[in-house]
Amino acid sequence: MSDSTPHSSHIPAEGPAVGQDEWVARHGERRLLRGGRLGKLEERLRVVPWWVWLILFVAAFSLLPVVESSGYVRRVAFDTVLYMLLALGLNIVVGWGGLLDLGYVALYGVGAYTYAFLASDQFGVHLPTLLAVPITVIIGALVGLLLGLPSRRLTGDYLAIVTLFFLQLFQTLMTNGDSVFGHDLTGGPNGILNIDPFHIFGHDLAVQHGGVFAVSYFYLALAVFAVVYVALRFVNLSRTGRAWRSLREDPLAAEAMGMPVNWLKLMSFSFGAGVAALTGTLFSALNASVFPLTFYFILLIVVYTMVILGGSGSQSGVVLGALIIGPLLELLRDPGKARILFYAALVGGVVFGFRRSRTLGIVSGATIAFGFVMHAAASAHDAAWVAGDKASGFGGAMAHWVVVPAHLASWVQPTTYVGLIGLALLLTLVDRRVRIVLLVPTLYLAAFVWENVMLANPEPMRYIVLGVILVSLMILRPNGLLGERRVEIV
Amino acid sequence: MGKLLELKGVSLSFGGLQVVNDLNLHLDEGEIVSVIGPNGAGKTTLFNLITGIYRPASGDITLDGRSLVGLQPHQISQRGISRTFQTLRLFLNMSVKENVMAAAYGHTNAGIFRSMLRTPGMRREEREIEQLAQERLAFFGERLMGYRWDQPAYSLSYANRRRLEIARATASNPRVLLLDEPAAGMNPSETHEITELIAQLRTDGGYTILVIEHDMHVVEGISDRVVALDHGVKIAEGSFETVATNEKVIEAYLGLQTTATK
Repeated sequence: MSDSTPHSSHIPAEGPAVGQDEWVARHGERRLLRGGRLGKLEERLRVVPWWVWLILFVAAFSLLPVVESSGYVRRVAFDTVLYMLLALGLNIVVGWGGLLDLGYVALYGVGAYTYAFLASDQFGVHLPTLLAVPITVIIGALVGLLLGLPSRRLTGDYLAIVTLFFLQLFQTLMTNGDSVFGHDLTGGPNGILNIDPFHIFGHDLAVQHGGVFAVSYFYLALAVFAVVYVALRFVNLSRTGRAWRSLREDPLAAEAMGMPVNWLKLMSFSFGAGVAALTGTLFSALNASVFPLTFYFILLIVVYTMVILGGSGSQSGVVLGALIIGPLLELLRDPGKARILFYAALVGGVVFGFRRSRTLGIVSGATIAFGFVMHAAASAHDAAWVAGDKASGFGGAMAHWVVVPAHLASWVQPTTYVGLIGLALLLTLVDRRVRIVLLVPTLYLAAFVWENVMLANPEPMRYIVLGVILVSLMILRPNGLLGERRVEIV
Repeated sequence: MGKLLELKGVSLSFGGLQVVNDLNLHLDEGEIVSVIGPNGAGKTTLFNLITGIYRPASGDITLDGRSLVGLQPHQISQRGISRTFQTLRLFLNMSVKENVMAAAYGHTNAGIFRSMLRTPGMRREEREIEQLAQERLAFFGERLMGYRWDQPAYSLSYANRRRLEIARATASNPRVLLLDEPAAGMNPSETHEITELIAQLRTDGGYTILVIEHDMHVVEGISDRVVALDHGVKIAEGSFETVATNEKVIEAYLGLQTTATK
């Protein structure tokens, strides 16, 4: 086996030689390179090692509190780092292990609650931070091991249902844990309050500093993120990481190639759980309180969205997913910013869809004209039809474009909303020319629904937007933003 | 040259169907044995029994005198039996090199925490695994070399996937190699090449090889001994000539009438 060219003696003078492959020899010439400056830049960027990107990213992110003094922004940045950590942990189980774990956020909850038990007045226990955090991580990893046990027998959707049940179980236990044989263990729906902040090297990490969110937790979380990222990257490129991905690809083949598949599944559950529990301690110490409903379906869906959007299996991908979704959900809380995002996405989508073609001019021109005509018609019919909260922007032009009635009949909201979905689906079915014609009222209806339905219901709107982003991305890039191309069967 | 792998009275049934019936089979050290038989004869089931995917209802399977019955497949792989699959089962979304490196899991031992810290021992082991993968891939000449190392396995052609499966199987450092239809789906020149390769696996790698093959040219070219199965029963055993001319074998392949008109 040590002889690297075992066939040299068999190669005939001419004709196709055994073990010779002309395709490989000429591969260099055949590679498609993007021309121009963009192509050169791409080639240059490709040779930049991963740790340079990580350092640049962490450095840039850590500058945020320096340039932005608003406590709110810092708080959002901190939450985003927690999301990035959660996404990294979920990526171990889902992205590498290929195991659909719907109980994941329960382990985040286990971490938050365990830290609360170990460092609060709940049981009068106040362990030092440097002891409480490792204990919490170990307990989280052990609970993850328990959660992983069904994966020995179950895969795919069956495993998903069982783990989902675990999330429900955690929820029920925490909510009803305030009267276990007359003892208050978990604080029930009211949660646990007055949890100790982190106390490291003789310093209390204060959450507030002069009434403004202090940056110490942000930097701590960022440091934890960097360490976790590097550690997981090293694991991914080790025999364990390869074995995890092998079992995702083909558990039977992995087992036959000497990998203890059941043990590896448990390990991936356990390590994902450890990361989640660690994130939970940060959450708990910062908020000084935990409530059961924090760790529920909404959070599960958000974290999954991050992983799927970024590209399940790619570490930088899931971090990117968290970086997009975390702040986006915050931005959507503010109707003004949400409105800017919406119209930017609408215009961006149309421009991207038609590129530089003439159709772009026709569609945008027609949509703008359509709006003004509709608005004029509505206001001519009844002034109250356009007397609602004005959408400002574009020098007040928006106020004369989109119809916002002062009062909506109860049937308008559901009808227009369902109508919009129907029109959007219809667009995917019809011929190109019909589509261009239909696109104009669809775009206008989208604006109408946005102003009259979405902005009137801000809380569901955030998750509807999340859903729309996910659906459109899955159509455009099924493997996520940074995900590798994947094939299931060839 | 003693018996390396031995099956003694192995039986297995699925429901009421007797798939393997009282099968005795052995492999001597350094031997190449072919298993032939019509579809459904129990050839792949035999492989699944040896590698621990199925557990025999009765009988014993031993490697070097130690029983393999009841061990899990990964333990059997670590004892020194490796296989390829008839329906290719590569880790398609992993690179060619990683496919081979993954199979070194059983005889390496860096744990997760050592990997996280990238200790010097772990890095040394990692270099050895990479070295091993390159050696195993180099066995196939240039076909799996160069840029292909970092290509995902799904980008390979069918024949190259078969080669990669063999490379992966050898990376677990086995003593016995089970090849399930290595020449299936290959063109004549590739089939010729795989025949040479199997012989080379024995001389260069020192493996003892059990092959399932339908292509009689391959079987003739490589086998020290041929075993014919039908309905889970061994119907003939011996050199290629004896088995190929055995009436029962011809009957199993071609049916009774053909033998009658012969």
